[in-house]
Amino acid sequence: MPEYVASVGMEVHAELMTRSKMFCRCPVAFGGEPNTRVCPVCLGMPGTLPVPNRRAIEMVLRTALALDCTIAMRSVFHRKNYFYPDLPKGYQVSQYGETNPLGYAGKLEIPASGGGYKRVGIRRVHLEEDTGKLMHLPAGGSGVDFNRAGVPLMEIVTDFPPDITTPDEAKEYLAQLRQILVYLEVCDGKMEEGSMRCEPNISIRPEGSETYGTKTELKNLNSFRSVQLGVQFEVRRQTAVLDHGQRVVQETRGWDENREASFPMRVKEAENDYRYFPDPDLVPMVFDEAYLESLRATLPELPLAKSRRYQEVMGLSAYDAGLLVADRDWAAYFESAVELGGDAKTVCNWMNGDYARYLNESGNTVGSGNVQPKQLVELTKLIEDGTISGKIAKDVFAEMFRTGHDPRTIVQSKGATQISDAGAIGEIVARVVGANPDVVAKYKSGQTSVAGFLIGRVMAESKGRANPQLVRDLVAKALDE
Amino acid sequence: MPTRLSATRLAARLAAKELGVREVAQAHLDRIATLDATLGAFLTVDPDETMRWADAAQAKIDAGEAGPLTGVPIAIKDNLCTAGVRTTCASRILESHVPIYDATVVRRLREAGCVMVGKTNLDEFAMGTSTENSAFQVTRNPWDFDRSPGGSSGGSAAAVAAEMAPLALGSDTGGSIRQPASLCGIVGFKPTYGRCSRYGLVAFGSSLDQIGPFARTVEDAALLAEAITGHDRRDSTSANHPAIATQALKSGTLRGARLGVLKETLGESTDPRVTQGVERALDALRAEGADVHEVSIPSIGYGVTTYYIIAPAEASSNLARFDGVRYGLRVEGKGHIGMMEATRAAGFGHEVKARIMIGTYALSAGYYDAFYLRAQQVRALMRRDLEAAFQDFDLLVSPTSPVPAFKIGELTSDPLALKMLDYCTIPANMGGFPALSLNCGFADGLPIGLHLMGPVLGDERLLQLAYCVERALPDATGRPPLP
Ligand SMILES: [Zn+2]
Repeated sequence: MPEYVASVGMEVHAELMTRSKMFCRCPVAFGGEPNTRVCPVCLGMPGTLPVPNRRAIEMVLRTALALDCTIAMRSVFHRKNYFYPDLPKGYQVSQYGETNPLGYAGKLEIPASGGGYKRVGIRRVHLEEDTGKLMHLPAGGSGVDFNRAGVPLMEIVTDFPPDITTPDEAKEYLAQLRQILVYLEVCDGKMEEGSMRCEPNISIRPEGSETYGTKTELKNLNSFRSVQLGVQFEVRRQTAVLDHGQRVVQETRGWDENREASFPMRVKEAENDYRYFPDPDLVPMVFDEAYLESLRATLPELPLAKSRRYQEVMGLSAYDAGLLVADRDWAAYFESAVELGGDAKTVCNWMNGDYARYLNESGNTVGSGNVQPKQLVELTKLIEDGTISGKIAKDVFAEMFRTGHDPRTIVQSKGATQISDAGAIGEIVARVVGANPDVVAKYKSGQTSVAGFLIGRVMAESKGRANPQLVRDLVAKALDE
Repeated sequence: MPTRLSATRLAARLAAKELGVREVAQAHLDRIATLDATLGAFLTVDPDETMRWADAAQAKIDAGEAGPLTGVPIAIKDNLCTAGVRTTCASRILESHVPIYDATVVRRLREAGCVMVGKTNLDEFAMGTSTENSAFQVTRNPWDFDRSPGGSSGGSAAAVAAEMAPLALGSDTGGSIRQPASLCGIVGFKPTYGRCSRYGLVAFGSSLDQIGPFARTVEDAALLAEAITGHDRRDSTSANHPAIATQALKSGTLRGARLGVLKETLGESTDPRVTQGVERALDALRAEGADVHEVSIPSIGYGVTTYYIIAPAEASSNLARFDGVRYGLRVEGKGHIGMMEATRAAGFGHEVKARIMIGTYALSAGYYDAFYLRAQQVRALMRRDLEAAFQDFDLLVSPTSPVPAFKIGELTSDPLALKMLDYCTIPANMGGFPALSLNCGFADGLPIGLHLMGPVLGDERLLQLAYCVERALPDATGRPPLP
């Protein structure tokens, strides 16, 4: 049996987070009663005309710039003509052509499995409008909900031949892309709500072969996991088909979440003729360098670049850096804490440790959280200068998370400051040593490990506030007297 | 009789309260009731609706807020959406369609205080040049009932010519305002593409369609143009330009005006009576001091061919929305697609189907480059040639129609001859140029139209010169043989 290489092309549709639809003023939102966010324009009533949403165009341009695309300085909308009940005008406004989409010939880097990074070529980033939703009514018959019709949709398609060759890379590509879209605040990235949809196409070919195999396209994938599992399943299925001397059929397959298997949806017949032509109701979009430069200036540092910087400049592990950049607000929190003088590693440990856990448990996000970066830095300083112990700091942090109070206030009100006064600690040590003559005797007979018991007693009597190093020193001194 | 008055004079007498708006509206409704059974200009007349418009106009006058057209009746082509009033496009597929919104031009008419007397007949979806392609009725020419009023805005032209309304709105994709204006002996004006919002005009050929006025005088047409034009944010192709101004309408002169007569429009294919009529008119203009020269622009010879690729291509897509899902006719069929097929098969007439098929073909993979793309290239060439001509001329002049009104049914068996009737008017749509037709004489009792075309955004100058031309041709006025 030959070894096979897989090729995975990714087609992602992202609903843009504009307030209104692509060509009318209806609001964009998820859910709601059917046909409550519609107007003559998005219902395709006779005589209506589209007016493009400038914000949507800007969002696609910013995404294209973030993906290192070439920007089409003149770009037009096309009509994609076909009939379907969920398509109000009998055509979808979209963008056709190799160099007409707002962005083309870009790239996205993903962490490679063997370390380092891998380049995934992006063929096009274009703007179009979403369709309505055809639904089967419980009482029989069908209806169409046009709430979604006309919502601005960005399509991002990878290069052919595809750079992605494994299910893990497919998942990683999607994760990176999602992070970028969320960072750019152009899409909420909610795959489960359908605001980000992914349709990978998969083919395999024998190792060393130059010709690509027949593709199948997967639909209904609504999580990263299902994308990974779906691609994996298809690669295995196609391998088995070829190993049995059969041929892979070019078709669209659905993903069954429960069975974790794909099933045939429809066989691709002759290529559909969509009769694309420039939409005469819309004028060409023309951009100049100054405008693009102003958009470029709004681009945030992207997650992968951030993660690299955290590792290379701040010395964090890839794992820790990855956790920090996973969310734009989270990374911003980290950076502002470091800027306020926090030690990168210490801040990172607190964030990815207790803070993340508490947020998780409470269902809060960093934005709604109580603890300000300044306060977290203050806490680390209290440990650093010996005011409180690391153990107490954990309790203080819990209190900070609950109340939002400053760590210093909490420490003072609890009297939780560390006791570093040798006199005060000496008194406790003397009392403990005096109360445990048998232990002292054991120590004197050479059983030195019992010192630990005495140290523990001293710490307990000080309610954990005694400086542990000082306690150790003073206990040793008392015993050796 | 108020029905004989021009819009301008009616408005003046209404503003002076010598006439009431209801009274004027009723006079026109009465005339429609008397004549339209014969003429067939209107598809919908709703006296109650008309009186609502009339009362709103009277309130404006009473409040001292009357404008130049307040209280003036108007007929509206039935492919312009009117909220609450059936808008059929003369098609079975929209036979009972009642829009929930007003076209921008209709909203502007309300704001101007015009009074809608009814919705007028047209070739189905404005596809035709005779108004014979209406799914509902034939419209007859007021000058000769056996003849066509032209098309596609034949109902509007007939309504104005027969004094059933002093004003009307039409739409013009290849000549659909100017050609019927010519055949009915009135003024028809197509503004520069983009000066009049298309929002609410049921689209035929989006890159060519333009709404415009019908009137019996240039002044009336200009005032109506002023009322309906101006930038509209609902139409992305709307020019960022104010409404057409009329204050300088009467301050032009023909002395020294440079008129280029399009050589290609006065050849063998033009009826000699039309050629004679136009030449007599040109003599009158020369006598007024106009500088008249012949000019040849060979590329306009490709106009009809090019038009019959671009317009059907756009139409094939524009008419895809009539699928039985959301509005209009629905005929059940097997499954969703079967329902759509059955609906469209039953809802569209022959000419519409033919054009959808031609347009679909022209856009198909493998044919797109040879047809649609090539047609757009020729169009650009024609536009460039015409723009160049406007360096030398203020107006380009030609007949509007190569023939006077033809008999109903005469050309139905010869679709190509019917399509050639647009020969002189199509170039204006191809380049987005403003153009106007006005009567310049008669041949055997039938009106002959003179076609004036100006440069892009030269609407004001075009109207100014048209006003002068109208004054220079006093013999070109007359009423059709009606009571
Ligand atoms: Zn809408």
